[in-house]
Amino acid sequence: MTTTAFFTDSTLCIGCKACEVACKEWNGVPDDGFRFTGMSYDNTRSLGHSTWRHVKFVEHEPAIGHGGNSPSHMTWQFSSDVCKHCEHAGCLEACPTGSIVRTEFGGVYIQPDICNGCGYCVVTCPFGVVDRRPDDGRAFKCTFCYDRQKDGLQPACAKACPTGSIMFGDLEELQRAADDRIAKLHGLGMTDANIWNPTDTSVGGTHAFFLVRGDARQYNLPSQPRVPTTLLREGWTAAAAAAGALALGSLFAFALGKRKR
Amino acid sequence: MIDERRLDELREEAARTGSVAGALLRYYDVPLLKPPVWTWEVPAYFFVGGAAGVSAMLAVAARTTGADPRLVKDARWMAAIGAVISGPLLIADLGRPERFLNMLRVFKPQSPMSVGAWILTAFGTFSAATAGADLLRFPRVADIAGILSAASGLGMATYTGVLLGATAIPAWAEHVSLLPFHFGASALGAAVSVLQLRGHDDSALTALGIGVAVFETVAAVSTEKSITMKAAELLSGPVPLALRILGMKSKRAKRAAAAATLLGSLLTRLAWVEEGKTSAEKT
Repeated sequence: MTTTAFFTDSTLCIGCKACEVACKEWNGVPDDGFRFTGMSYDNTRSLGHSTWRHVKFVEHEPAIGHGGNSPSHMTWQFSSDVCKHCEHAGCLEACPTGSIVRTEFGGVYIQPDICNGCGYCVVTCPFGVVDRRPDDGRAFKCTFCYDRQKDGLQPACAKACPTGSIMFGDLEELQRAADDRIAKLHGLGMTDANIWNPTDTSVGGTHAFFLVRGDARQYNLPSQPRVPTTLLREGWTAAAAAAGALALGSLFAFALGKRKR
Repeated sequence: MIDERRLDELREEAARTGSVAGALLRYYDVPLLKPPVWTWEVPAYFFVGGAAGVSAMLAVAARTTGADPRLVKDARWMAAIGAVISGPLLIADLGRPERFLNMLRVFKPQSPMSVGAWILTAFGTFSAATAGADLLRFPRVADIAGILSAASGLGMATYTGVLLGATAIPAWAEHVSLLPFHFGASALGAAVSVLQLRGHDDSALTALGIGVAVFETVAAVSTEKSITMKAAELLSGPVPLALRILGMKSKRAKRAAAAATLLGSLLTRLAWVEEGKTSAEKT
């Protein structure tokens, strides 16, 4: 069984949003409002319960190293964001119903027939991907097109992408392709191109990684994400100590009170 | 705005590091994280469940030291009634309440929510058994069930701190080792206060009340305080502390201190959940 991944190359993205539309249509995702954000050409704003692919429009003031040569023109970078399908996924660990599972393809999948909408995955995702759909009550996010992958097809967004910016395939092959691409771009003088994939953090790498230019935080891709399970030891130690203090404290207080009685 | 000096700065930075960070290190005003979707039922559950849990412990402490049997009975019933209220509060907050039993199809030690669901199940069972045995006059059964109820009750009072702490929300995660203590102390304050408002005047309750008020006064740590948090800290710490020490002999002062602690305990949970929402929006 191969472990699959998305490799999204922002230098090839033209901001057409075909991925957003393909995702919505294939998965039957409802609209989540028609708002004007005023943020560049991005009225989608962010990933959420009803947005599983989101094209970011990162604008820069003219700046050396970002490709803009004219002092009067902005530079523009687009990048299609998606659930990261973490190797150590906060949502999956935290899910109390076992609704969120790891599929045979390595993706993280919410089984809609199990989810009871407790909302704990929302606060344990280090990337703000999962959210609860208010009128439905359940949590939703990218399914990694589990249904399509089962049938040997590539996810809808990757298939619809006209420039090859969204690449889908075997995880290790894509990692090699990403390294080759970086070498090529650096050779062309685009030295700020870099791969975002938090392999050296507690998240342990992702099944969706990105080639971006400059600091990845401009794309809301955090440099040091942390899977919340790393806090469990500290939390439960404190809870055990607190419980002990409560038990001893009340026994002690009543034992002292006994003398007075 | 961009001027010549900014261009010079950019050139220097680019020459030095090979690239420039750019002005924005975030994506417009879009927060990285999603705020908690929980509504008032969850903090209300923390409050009721915590107070009920500690009540079970107080019942055991009172029983083993031969305190007033009426105090033991009241504390046992507070545990059982609190457990009965806790369940519906937690279920009401689910997006799909009719599926609440799905919580019990797995046990996941790595999920504080899963551990909590099982703690509540155990506590509900044992606290009801204690009250039931008490009612039917099976004292030995009530005592054994009471100990099990207290053990799970201590879990009820403290696990909610881990539930908030072990998340991606910065304001909660930063306080992961404080929250179980804070919630536990707050639960103890609430349980003691309910017993005092019921008219119990054991000196142990007074001592525990002062202990909690001291802890709450010292442990008021959260940095960016909302109005709710400030009110919660005031009503849990300094106000009851002053009332309990200055009004040692006065019944009215004691009742006022108990009422303040109770309100402070509820506000503490509301404030922490609110803090989480604000914190997520600032990411």
